[in-house]
Amino acid sequence: MTIRDLQKAARQNVRDYGMYIALVVIMAIFTFTTNGVFISSRNIANLLNQTGYIAVLAVGMTFVIVIRHIDLSVGFLAGFLGAIAAIAMASWHLPVYLVLPLVLVLGIIAGLITAYPVARLGIPSFVASLAGWLIYRGALILVTSKTGTIIISDKLFNDIGNGNIPDLLASEVFLPGLHKLTLLLGAIAIVLFVFGQIRGRKSKQAYNFEVLPADMFVLKLVLLSIVMGLITWVLAGYNGLSWTVVIVLVIVGAYDYIAGQTVLGRHIYAVGGNPEAAELSGISVKKITYIVFGSMGFLTALSGVLFTSRLQSATPTAGTLFELDAIAAAYIGGVSAAGGVGKITGSLLGAIVYMSLMNGMNLLGTDISLQYVIRGLVLVGAVVFDVTTRRTKR
Amino acid sequence: MNTPILEMKNITKTFPGVKALSEVSFSVAKGEIHCLVGENGAGKSTLMKVLSGVYPHGVYTGDILFDGKVQQFRGIADSEKAGIAIIYQELALVPEMTVFENILLGNEIRKGLSIDWNKTIQRATEMLKKVRLDVNPTTKIRDLSVGRQQLVEIAKALSKEVKLLILDEPTAALNEDDCENLLELLRHLRKEGVTCILISHKLKEVIKVADTVTVLRDGQTICTLDARTGEVSENILIKHMVGREIDNIYPERKERKIGEVVLEARNWNAYDPKLGRTLLKDVSFTLKKGEIVGFAGLMGSGRTELAKSIFGNPDGYEISGELYFKNGEMHFRQPRDAIDAGIAYATEDRKGNGLILIQDVKQNITLANLNAIAKRGTIDNNAEVKVATEYRDALSIKTPSIEQKVVNLSGGNQQKVSVAKWLFVKPEVLILDEPTRGIDVGAKYEIYSIMNKLVEQGMSIIMISSELSEVLGMSDRVYIVSSGKITGELPIAEATQEKIMQLATS
Repeated sequence: MTIRDLQKAARQNVRDYGMYIALVVIMAIFTFTTNGVFISSRNIANLLNQTGYIAVLAVGMTFVIVIRHIDLSVGFLAGFLGAIAAIAMASWHLPVYLVLPLVLVLGIIAGLITAYPVARLGIPSFVASLAGWLIYRGALILVTSKTGTIIISDKLFNDIGNGNIPDLLASEVFLPGLHKLTLLLGAIAIVLFVFGQIRGRKSKQAYNFEVLPADMFVLKLVLLSIVMGLITWVLAGYNGLSWTVVIVLVIVGAYDYIAGQTVLGRHIYAVGGNPEAAELSGISVKKITYIVFGSMGFLTALSGVLFTSRLQSATPTAGTLFELDAIAAAYIGGVSAAGGVGKITGSLLGAIVYMSLMNGMNLLGTDISLQYVIRGLVLVGAVVFDVTTRRTKR
Repeated sequence: MNTPILEMKNITKTFPGVKALSEVSFSVAKGEIHCLVGENGAGKSTLMKVLSGVYPHGVYTGDILFDGKVQQFRGIADSEKAGIAIIYQELALVPEMTVFENILLGNEIRKGLSIDWNKTIQRATEMLKKVRLDVNPTTKIRDLSVGRQQLVEIAKALSKEVKLLILDEPTAALNEDDCENLLELLRHLRKEGVTCILISHKLKEVIKVADTVTVLRDGQTICTLDARTGEVSENILIKHMVGREIDNIYPERKERKIGEVVLEARNWNAYDPKLGRTLLKDVSFTLKKGEIVGFAGLMGSGRTELAKSIFGNPDGYEISGELYFKNGEMHFRQPRDAIDAGIAYATEDRKGNGLILIQDVKQNITLANLNAIAKRGTIDNNAEVKVATEYRDALSIKTPSIEQKVVNLSGGNQQKVSVAKWLFVKPEVLILDEPTRGIDVGAKYEIYSIMNKLVEQGMSIIMISSELSEVLGMSDRVYIVSSGKITGELPIAEATQEKIMQLATS
């Protein structure tokens, strides 16, 4: 493999892997400036748990933006549903296994309510969801007005945002101090990833589609495996995988599968790419709109649960600006505002980049005003990068 | 011959991997109508983009002499300043603004800080007179027909003291009357001293209006012909364009086996509540197995609306009447119902509502029938590739790969993708709305051959077309639509261009 091959491959793939590179650069900078505190097991675990509730929203927002809509109501809706969960446990004394489905169903209903004027009457989603923003904000303040902050004492519920998976393979002899189940799961993930990639490449070759040259492909596999291995190692060094990370991975996996492999996913991207053509191809744009907003509501409820559980309490300001963080994460992750384009994994990555910035700057004690400015610059930089690399590729 | 106003010498423009223009020379005399013809992908648009500065000086090689000076345009603004105006097929007007606002958009007449509206209206009225368009300048653009909008666009160009007017496929979306009107206007402008380059696929009108014709093929100038001698014919042009002779524009059908009626509408009415307009009135027609029925008529006569109202009514018209398909009465509530029953509709506007341009060939082909290649909601990628490859080969869609995005294909190949998509739903009735609009002669022939093969296999086709020769060349029977009503039905043996035009304008 010559330097020129590398350069060529880098140029062709800069768009696909630009965000990974950006993430590595950001992490390296923070690791350096914080004397390694940033990359410590404890901080990475903390960072990923913080990312959880935004990542979940960003995943839902990806589909919403792909079908050319927006949902501003998700922040306060997450806060409101979190408060409902808290009240259900604290005041109504409902058990967790009832509270969770209840809140998730309420989320879906709220999403469908936002979708109704959009799908049925053609009202811009910006307006419909702005109304939701106001309403849920009011509702959140209302339900917390009597009590103020509601403390949650249920351990099971609080574990969702703070607990880790149990180490079933705990051993004092073999690799003490490391979370063995996490290591095992990481290893399995790497093996599955490598085999999946090889299989995908083979089937592409069978059809004579363009694939990466063999050496580049191996390089990519090795690099990504190393990254996955490192993350596993770092997490195993603290308390292992947290439930939050498990939930996020399951959601991302499921949504990525829906986006790439299912009829529903194809319909969603078709509606985003050209709604009229989709309608005339027998796809009900209305139905897709309901489904996408319903899923957004579901994930909003999940995000509310994650956040409330993490704080172990519901507050009157919970969820403030979550919607904009999620939208920013999706855009950073390469979702196109013009519709029809955007990867679920991209949005997850966008969320991690975005939260890494916040986390790193907090460690450095950067002034909050400067933090906002830098986050804004990163957002605009990421979108400019996305737009310009997209153009040259044509 | 007059002195040339424009000379393009040895223009070469390469894109990564493709030589779009190779040593093209192109010279236009002052005050003439110069037609530029060639198949899609021959390099006409690229040449005009070089001329207008869309591709700035430096990204191509060769020289441009305009108005006696060597020009190095860095952008459209430069070429406009020099006196070159291009009017594209997709009009660049603001629908919500009035006629006069549009005419002087970007060229406003000022009085201090504000716009001098009186002078603006006065100037716009002058320009409208020049293009002989009799509308109130305060009308909104969206209330005008496409033909009239085109004239407004020309008026806008004229207001900029244009010396060279370039029209890219101006008549593609126009009915025959508006076409004639536009060509007449070009002749009139020629008298006024405006030089004009006309790009068109409609060879008949090229022959009618051109002083000179230049043929491009595969990025090269093939020849420049003097059209005033009367020696230029359609066949000669086609020969130069495709590099071979096409004996017949319409392929012969091997056998005509016309069977029972498969689709019938009785007293079909449609009303659009959004526009508050009656679209269709008492329309009745039949379609038989193995038959191609042509629906002729002017643009806006209601043919597309008829197709859509049958095809599950996606625009939400209020409909009354009876629709019979395969012996049963049908009530399609959405396109899916019609598709499932066995009716397919390929739209007239491929790019607008036919294809998903940012998706690839295979995704477009399978879009309307994904369940056929899916198991429990999960798409079988291998099956999809197989299907797409099959249709690519069957319709000879020219694409580097079935993973190519449709936006990168030529018009003819996009149309084939659109047809492939509908063939994959295995319909019994296929409605083709303007199936050959804006595609070149070779691709047209291929589309016609596909249509013939389909009806030979027992499919029934409704072909909506504004090109009379196509209607006459392909149909077994012709319905003529005018103002939302069927004004005539002619067996092909009795149909002539004159009869159809007469019924279409009645």
